[in-house]
Amino acid sequence: MSTTVNEFQPATTTGRIANFVDTRMGMSPIVKFFGRKIFPDHWTFMFGEVALYSFVILLLSGAFLTLFFDPSMSEVVYDGAYAPLRGIEMSAAYASTLDISFDVRGGLFMRQLHHWAALMFVAAMSVHMLRVFFTGAFRRPRELNWLVGCFLLMAGWAAGFTGYSLPDEVLSGNGLRIIDGILKSLPLVGTYLSAFFFGGEFPGHSVIGRLYALHIMIVPAAILLLIGIHLFMVVVHKHTQYPGPGRTEDNVVGYPVGPVYAAKAGGFFFIVFGVLALIASTVTINANWNYGPYDPSPVQAGTQPDWYIGVFDGALRLMPGMIGDYSFLWNIPMPWGSSVSLPMGVLVPLIPVGVLLVGMCTWPWIERWITKDNTEHHLLDRPRNAPARTGIGVAAVVWYCVMWAAASSDLIATHFRLSLNDVLYVLRALFFLGPVIAFIVTRRICLSLQRKDRELVLHGHEAGVIEMSPEGGFHERHRQLTDYELYRLVSFEDRRPVPAIPGRNGKVGMLEKARAGLNRMFYQDRVAPVSREELVEARTHGQHGHEEHPVELEHGSHAPHLDR
Amino acid sequence: MGEKGFEGTEHRSGSLEHAGEDAPRYAIDNPGLPPHRPRLADEDPKAAKRAERQVSVMFLISIVGTVLFFIGYFGVGQIGNGEAFSKIYLQNLLLGLGTALAMFGIGIGVVHWAKTLMPDHETVEDRHEIRSEDDRVAATGMISEILDESQIKRRPLLRNTLIGAALLAPLPFIAVFRDLDDSDNFSDQEAHNFGPERLRHTMWAEGVRLVRDPTGSPIKASDVTLGSAVHVIPDGLNDLGPDKLNQKAKAVVLLMRLDPAKVKITPGREDWNVDGIFAYSKVCTHVGCPIALYEQHTHHLLCPCHQSTFDLTQECKVIFGPASHALPQLPITVDDEGYLVAQSDFHEPVGPVYWERG
Repeated sequence: MSTTVNEFQPATTTGRIANFVDTRMGMSPIVKFFGRKIFPDHWTFMFGEVALYSFVILLLSGAFLTLFFDPSMSEVVYDGAYAPLRGIEMSAAYASTLDISFDVRGGLFMRQLHHWAALMFVAAMSVHMLRVFFTGAFRRPRELNWLVGCFLLMAGWAAGFTGYSLPDEVLSGNGLRIIDGILKSLPLVGTYLSAFFFGGEFPGHSVIGRLYALHIMIVPAAILLLIGIHLFMVVVHKHTQYPGPGRTEDNVVGYPVGPVYAAKAGGFFFIVFGVLALIASTVTINANWNYGPYDPSPVQAGTQPDWYIGVFDGALRLMPGMIGDYSFLWNIPMPWGSSVSLPMGVLVPLIPVGVLLVGMCTWPWIERWITKDNTEHHLLDRPRNAPARTGIGVAAVVWYCVMWAAASSDLIATHFRLSLNDVLYVLRALFFLGPVIAFIVTRRICLSLQRKDRELVLHGHEAGVIEMSPEGGFHERHRQLTDYELYRLVSFEDRRPVPAIPGRNGKVGMLEKARAGLNRMFYQDRVAPVSREELVEARTHGQHGHEEHPVELEHGSHAPHLDR
Repeated sequence: MGEKGFEGTEHRSGSLEHAGEDAPRYAIDNPGLPPHRPRLADEDPKAAKRAERQVSVMFLISIVGTVLFFIGYFGVGQIGNGEAFSKIYLQNLLLGLGTALAMFGIGIGVVHWAKTLMPDHETVEDRHEIRSEDDRVAATGMISEILDESQIKRRPLLRNTLIGAALLAPLPFIAVFRDLDDSDNFSDQEAHNFGPERLRHTMWAEGVRLVRDPTGSPIKASDVTLGSAVHVIPDGLNDLGPDKLNQKAKAVVLLMRLDPAKVKITPGREDWNVDGIFAYSKVCTHVGCPIALYEQHTHHLLCPCHQSTFDLTQECKVIFGPASHALPQLPITVDDEGYLVAQSDFHEPVGPVYWERG
């Protein structure tokens, strides 16, 4: 077995090390696969990267914090550097949080870096999801990866909330108190869920340790696993790309990983790190030494949760507990004599949040069901070319933002000197009207932009030059688009409505009727892409303005906007 | 240039599959990638040299940043007990700015390098089918062979018992979570043990003095002036050991005095107040935040968490916000020495609503 005879013998030390690893792990095929892999480049593809890098920074700064944080609720007397709280009884968790801020050099920086990175992580994921949604990147074959992304977003919320609650001061304790109230309100199991979570009655002595286990192990492990699946699927599918000259459903146009893409993406990690470090050093976040140890009695007015929890808190605020003398506390008598309580004032707000979450997770399937579009898509939609989807997306964003704003209703009222009650009444109205208005307006804007595109394709750019014909008529000269410009504007799918299809028994079912109705809404006032015939027609019979070359602008020609 | 694609014979967009038919898919055919435009550094060695220098300046800035970090770390040093805040802010600023520069320097340098000096030709790669029909046939064939060899379809007894076992096997791993609530093991009082019943009871009982939160000093009825509000806990709370916060979370009370003539009192509650001194649970009936804001002029109580508003003149009925029932009132009286005491516990559970509340 003399396989060594012909085996490659590297000349340099680096080569020998690389060869050693390669012959034991088979790295060459991996380098071959990834080394020159093509990634499409566009600034909107950056948000997912920001999220990933923020998460890496979270892991790094979080690992540092675990070395100093003591997740214990046992009572200690604080004896650290922060004078105002010395001699005060508090939990070991809060005392160690203060120590990280004041007694560990760089501890405050790491705490602030960690907190800002957490906010950035969730924000970047959210914007990334909006990008994926509005460009239709979730369509076949990427539905499952969209779902993984939804789970990642929720895991990000969970990571944020469990971390926010750890310092065990008044602010986070009141956050937990709200969680306790929501848990208790759940029918049948709520009281027990709360007791299991807190280890008995609120606040108990266990919850910080449990949140810690969730925050530093269980949730991050889930996030890491999901990120692995997410990126694996990106490799399987290859990245989507925007439509444009040279791009098709069958190719990927972009830069190779080595060296350009790796350098840009790798460099970008350091830029994200730099931005977060800059914010962490200059903007104080969660100055929790001001709040004091948790005690169920005091509370501060005008406190805010981390931004991504706002939507839940806002939903709670929007729901009226009573309308006139009618109370949303339902006491339902049971046959055996006692009665059970349903606090609808707490339960109803869970509905819109649930609708948002379930709608988000299932959207790829909902849209596929409505449009009956089951083809593979690797070219992205420009948002204007999917007016109904864009409208629905903006409606959901507006709905989210109304609930989110409601979480700051008190601050809005105090900052703008408005009545707190009026702010909430307006937000309640917007909760119902906002999404509807947003849908209609957005859809109309999309349709108008599509018409503008048609106009550009058929007649070209207005050159700002007015010409007078021998007969005395005026017209504005137009500059024809280049083929590259033109292709970008005409190369989108002409999706057509799919009317109700009878089932096997020859009848149109209720569900199919609903689908056809939604389908009609999707394609109402549809603007078709310019067809070949229309383009030929415009070019050959168009009266004016189809010069093939850009018009020289004449000196001082500030022509008003005139019709052709 | 424009005509080429428009006439559309050179570039058949054959690569645009899924269209299926021969008809052209779009108004013009795919004109292909736009021609590459060389950058300054591609053609001018001077520009390339300049870019190289710019990149290395960024890397030098990064080194300066790291040095700045160490100046902040060792120069400012440890923060002594009770030292000025400015020192902490200065250290935090230097550490952060140092790190920011160190990272920005590397990041911007590398990106600038990639953008100016590394090749910027866009390249094209083909996509592949995610699943080919051949693979599918092979895989499904393999799976049915595997199933055949395992004989699981031919022997339903095996299959059914396995399903039964697999359904039951995880149950112990759910059951072990029972002791997440291990309150039975600690409390010697029946009322604090596992289950919803403990939520009905607080520390208040007949004769328990109302004392100030957090000092624990008793309150004379004559000390509570008209218009004032006092944060109250039950006497003895501060002496409790580990159970203190759990009890406090249920027992906190807000004491307010107003003209009794302004209050609409339901029959049966006439003697629950002492000359217009009313005691109400401070725990919001919405989700349990402490209701810490009392507006003296309107006699409204406001929960700062979700703005539930309770009207003291209507026995703390909800007049705004998400809470759906009134704050429980604590019946009080005065003892022989003139101190305020409770007549009994609350007559209903305090705090957020739960299923078994009834």
